[in-house]
Amino acid sequence: MDNAGLNHQLLNDGTLAVSFSGDWLLESDLPSLKPVLDVLETVPAPTALSIDAAHLGDWDTGLLSTLVRLRRTAGQNAVDIDDSGLPEGARQLLTMAFAVREREGARRHTREKPFLEAVGDWTLGHVADMRDLLAFTGRLVMSLGRVLRGKGTYLRAHLVQYIQEAGAEALPIVSLISFLIGMIFAFVGVMQLQSFGAGIYTANLVGIAMVREMAPIMTAIIIAGRTGAAYAAEIGTMKVNEEIDALTTLGIDPVDFLVSPRVIALVLMMPLLTLYSSLLGIMGGTAVGLAMLDVSMPQYVAQTINAIELNSLLGGLFKSVVYGSLIALAGCQQGMACGNSAMAVGQSTTKAVVMGIVLIVVSASVLTIIYINLGI
Amino acid sequence: MNEASPQIEVRNLTMGYGDFVVQKELEFVIDRGDVFIIMGGSGCGKSTLLKLMIGLKQPMKGDVFYDGVPFWQSGEDEQRAAKRRFGTLFQSGALWSSMTLAENIGLALRQYTDLGESEMRDVVSYKLMLVGLAGFEDYYPNELSGGMKKRAGLARAMALDPEILFFDEPSAGLDPLTAKRLDDLILEIRDSLGTTIIVVTHELASIFAIGNNSVFLDADTKTQLATGNPADLRDNHPNHQVRDFLLRGQAEETVA
Repeated sequence: MDNAGLNHQLLNDGTLAVSFSGDWLLESDLPSLKPVLDVLETVPAPTALSIDAAHLGDWDTGLLSTLVRLRRTAGQNAVDIDDSGLPEGARQLLTMAFAVREREGARRHTREKPFLEAVGDWTLGHVADMRDLLAFTGRLVMSLGRVLRGKGTYLRAHLVQYIQEAGAEALPIVSLISFLIGMIFAFVGVMQLQSFGAGIYTANLVGIAMVREMAPIMTAIIIAGRTGAAYAAEIGTMKVNEEIDALTTLGIDPVDFLVSPRVIALVLMMPLLTLYSSLLGIMGGTAVGLAMLDVSMPQYVAQTINAIELNSLLGGLFKSVVYGSLIALAGCQQGMACGNSAMAVGQSTTKAVVMGIVLIVVSASVLTIIYINLGI
Repeated sequence: MNEASPQIEVRNLTMGYGDFVVQKELEFVIDRGDVFIIMGGSGCGKSTLLKLMIGLKQPMKGDVFYDGVPFWQSGEDEQRAAKRRFGTLFQSGALWSSMTLAENIGLALRQYTDLGESEMRDVVSYKLMLVGLAGFEDYYPNELSGGMKKRAGLARAMALDPEILFFDEPSAGLDPLTAKRLDDLILEIRDSLGTTIIVVTHELASIFAIGNNSVFLDADTKTQLATGNPADLRDNHPNHQVRDFLLRGQAEETVA
């Protein structure tokens, strides 16, 4: 393979003669076009540009992209170009490339946004997101009213399926996380409380923490990543496939058919999963307590039972209902708002999880303050 | 039922997204039993017009009249009643992927009828037989080929014996033979059921094989350039662009 060469010479009559030699292939080391372009852009510009390719070997797009650049710059500086020296094929391809004129306004001009503009856009975007979420909440409430009165169209088989997916199928991961969280709490409790001789109060710590706070919030975060994401992805893909349009044309409200059953399924399953999670957490705590403390099983269990009040338990379950509805809301809203591409489905799913977790944490704070004021 | 009377009238219709106008000042009439083609180059708003006619997208101005009743100025109940008379085959079939073919077709029936399970099953298998998919009741859409999905989508669109059937690019992505069979099926439906059929397409073979009326949308002027029988438009229309489209770029410059 001959090395690609590029020579240029400004002739006496003002013509710029450019000669290509060697193999001009994409994978070969192509010489820089800059010196030639510099000559074209000098004032006064050359009167004409002639191209010689007598010593040109093999060529491909490597040559043509160079020629396009050359011709563009020549055109901008009003320099006539004589390309008769080029191989026939290259000339035809070049003509083809310039045959359709660039569409006016088609080229995108990307520009860096100033900082304040970016902040403004970001803020307005979030305000719009919040408004969409509120509007969707309204639609959902209307739809839930219809579905619960038996007026909305949905399939009972789907509801059962959603209940199974959100409930029973989530048990393994909820078991694992809850058990480990219970163990971690018990470790910390034993280490700290034992030095006061109050090791048995580990049972209180684990029991109350699990039932009031940890079980609801850990279950909610697991379900946001698992079921909330699945809701957004399922509904988003249906949107891309025009399946939602197909429902609408049949006169079926997609919120009735797709969203309400999912919300109902999750709101029903969340308290059960939370109850289960509390139980597993306490079991994890018990395992550590029995191993590290000098207490018997009945003692530890009795201590736990005495520690947990009914109000704590009900408070925790109420939280889980709130979290469940927020997760389902975020997941379904993002799915329904999904764009029309594979990338949009991914973005919706991500947004659903992030929004779900933010909503969980915000509502957890609000609920905690309310509970404290109510003395629960 | 087959007498030629205007069934659908599009009057002074302007459509777009946000402030961006896609097509404006559309005016055409579709008679009962027509196979009406909405044609034009890529990106000229054919599918948007279809979405507007089936009630998925609101017009910016103007209205679509079904038997003299304006669709978009009607209340929700009237719109629902009008939609009951439509059947739509979407571009990708748009079958509900989590449901079997029988459930897909069954859902349409369930929405508007009080059929029992076994009668529903009979209707479903009859509809599938019509489109050549007998025995596929319990298949899921992802188990079918592209052509089969289209036909299953057609069976669903026809579930309620619609008076007006809409097709969004029925032959897109199908091999010529399958596309031809779908065209034949469209004509048979029209002939035997008297259904009015509206097809969005830019496949010339299909346009001439099935269409007896059409509208030609242009992306540059953002309005319709012609309406009428596609073969007539090809032979006699004064606008060069229309003839050029229908002759695959072979039209001569002189006006016939």
